[in-house]
Amino acid sequence: MLNTDLNLAAPDDVYEALIELHRDLAPEQSRLVNAKLILLLANHIGDAAVLRQAMAKAREGISPAGQDATLRATA
Amino acid sequence: MDGSMAERVDYQALVLPYARSPDQDAQRPVRHPVIIVGAGPVGLAAAIDLAQQGIRVVLLDDDDRLSTGSRAICFAKRTLEIFDRLGCGERMVGQGITWNLGKVFFREEPVYSFNLLPEAGHRRPAFINLQQYYVEGFLLDRAQALPLIDIRWKNQVTALEPQADGVLLQVATPEGEYRLEADWLVAADGSRSPIRRAMGLESKGQTFRDRFLIADVRMDAPFPAERWFWFDPPFHPNRSVLLHQQPDGIWRIDFQLGWDADPVAERQPERVIPRVQALLGPEARFELEWVSVYTFSCLRMERFRHGRVLFAGDSAHGVSPFGARGANGGVQDAENLAWKLALVVQGQAPESLLDSYDAERVRAADENILNSTRSTDFITPKNEASRAFRDATLELARDCGFARRLVNSGRLSLPCTYRDSALNTPDTDAFDGPMQPGAPAADAPVRAGGEEGWFLSQIAHGGFTLLCFGEEPPDNFPGIRGVPLRPLLVVPAGAAQRQAAGLPVIEDAAGLLARRYDAGPGATYLLRPDQHVAARWRRFEPVLVTAALARATGQG
Repeated sequence: MLNTDLNLAAPDDVYEALIELHRDLAPEQSRLVNAKLILLLANHIGDAAVLRQAMAKAREGISPAGQDATLRATA
Repeated sequence: MDGSMAERVDYQALVLPYARSPDQDAQRPVRHPVIIVGAGPVGLAAAIDLAQQGIRVVLLDDDDRLSTGSRAICFAKRTLEIFDRLGCGERMVGQGITWNLGKVFFREEPVYSFNLLPEAGHRRPAFINLQQYYVEGFLLDRAQALPLIDIRWKNQVTALEPQADGVLLQVATPEGEYRLEADWLVAADGSRSPIRRAMGLESKGQTFRDRFLIADVRMDAPFPAERWFWFDPPFHPNRSVLLHQQPDGIWRIDFQLGWDADPVAERQPERVIPRVQALLGPEARFELEWVSVYTFSCLRMERFRHGRVLFAGDSAHGVSPFGARGANGGVQDAENLAWKLALVVQGQAPESLLDSYDAERVRAADENILNSTRSTDFITPKNEASRAFRDATLELARDCGFARRLVNSGRLSLPCTYRDSALNTPDTDAFDGPMQPGAPAADAPVRAGGEEGWFLSQIAHGGFTLLCFGEEPPDNFPGIRGVPLRPLLVVPAGAAQRQAAGLPVIEDAAGLLARRYDAGPGATYLLRPDQHVAARWRRFEPVLVTAALARATGQG
C-alpha cells in the first residue's frame, strides 16, 4: 500500500536535496538524472504493487497532450 | 549422415520446376484432406509433420524459388528440437553457427552479457544462426523424401470459397487456372497473406517509427560466434547496431537508421559501405551479400482458426525482429497444429480440438508480441522520457546489478508454456520445477538399447507418450481407441538390463530426467505429440491417464 502520509523526518531537507540535484543541469540532463533516480528507488522499493499505485498517483489528472512514435498497423 | 555434396547446393539459385498435376485435367475439382498454402519454413514444417503422421498433403506455392537473402537467421533450441522430430535437425545444426552468448555494449564499454543456455545436458544449443534459404532447403529436401507430400510450384491461389465442410480454391498456374477442394486449408502464406485478404480478414497492431538497415557482408572477421549489440557506439552514434555470424563467412549487421532515413538511398552500396567500414575499420575487406531496409510492426489476427481455414506463421501474427520470434513462433505454430489436424482428419478427435490450436497459439503470439514490443520500446524509444529511462538503465548497468537485468536488446525466443489450455489436466499432486501441464518437455541425456541418446528423440514418434518413472513397469496401460499412445519406462542408470523385454525402456543416464521432471518412483507424465506436458501424477493410475488423454484430444 502506497504511503501518502508524511514519512520523512526532515522533509524540507529532502526537498532541497532534490532541487540541488538538478542545479545547473540542462533539461535532458535532468531527465536522465530523474530517470536514474526513479530506477534506483523502484528497485529499492521492490514492491510492484506499490510502484503501480505511485505511478497511477503521479499520472492522476494528466491527460495526454503528446504523441508517441508508433502508428496503427493493419495488414 | 549428410553428404558434403548436399551442403554445396546453392539453395538461393534453385529453381523449382512447375509440373502439371493430374488435378488440372479433372472434370470436377479434386478434393484433398489438407492443402497448405505457402512453402516457407512454416508451410514446409506443417507438411512434413502431417505426412509423418500419415496424412496426405498438397502444398501450393505461388513462386518457384526458396527465400532470397538471409532473412530469418536465428533458430532457437525449441525449433531445432522440432526439426529433429521432422528429421532434419542434425543437418540444420551441422550447417549452422551454434551460439549461446549475447553481449551488450553501451558506447565503447561492455555492460551486460547473457548465456541463453547456462546448463549442460541438452542436445541442442540455445540458438543456431542459419540463413533462411538453408532452412527452407533442408526442409524441402526432407519434404521431397516423403511420398505423402505433393508440392506444386507456381500454383497461386487466386480465389477461395469457404464452405461448411471445406474450402473451394481457384488456383492459377503457368498453364491456366484450375479448381481444388480441401477438407482443411492451412494458410502459411506470409505476412501479406493473400488468403487472409481474400477472406476479408485483418491482422492488426502497431508499426514502430524507425528504420533498420540489414547488411549481410562476406568477410574474414575476428569476432566470436556471439550476439553483439551496441547502444550508441562511436561508429554509429545515437543509434544501435547488432552483429551476428552466419555460415559461409557471412555476417549480419543491423544498423538502426531512424524514421527519417530514406529507405531507397540507404540501400545503395555507397551509403552502406561507409557504415560497415565505420564498424570494421577502413582496412577491412568485405563484400555486400544482401542489403535490405525495413520498418517493423507487431500485429496479429484476432483468431487463427476460421472454420476450415487455419492461419499459421506470419499470416497470423507479426513481431519485430529483436527476439528472433517470427520464424521460431511460426514453426511452433506448425507443430501445434499438425498433430491436432492429423487426429481430426483421421476421425480420432472432434473438430473442436482445433479450437485449442487457436487458443494456445494466440497465447503464444501474445507472449511473442509482448516480448518483442518491450525490446523495441527499449531499442527505439517512443518519446523523450522512454529515451531517458533507456539511457539511465544503460549508464546504471555499469555498476548496478539490477540495471543489467533491465537492459533489453531482445528477449530471445522461448517456447510458450500453455498454462491455461483446456487440454491440460490441472495438477492434483505437488510438483516442483517448470514441467507443469502445458510446458514444453525438457531434454536430458538418456541411454536406450545400450546406446547414448537424448530424451526428446525418444518421444518423437508423433503420438502421445506415457512416461513412467520407476524400476517396475506398471501394468494395464490405458488408452483410447485411435489415439496413438506409447508407454516409456524410465529407470535409473544401469537398471535397464533387469527389465523384461517388450516395454520400451530408457535409462536416466545422468539422473537429469528425474531432476528436471521432479520425478520419484511412480511419477507419471502424459506428453503430447508436440512434446508438451498434458498431465502428471505422483503415482500411475490408469483411470486418470485415460481421462487426461481424452481431455488432451478434445474429448474430455
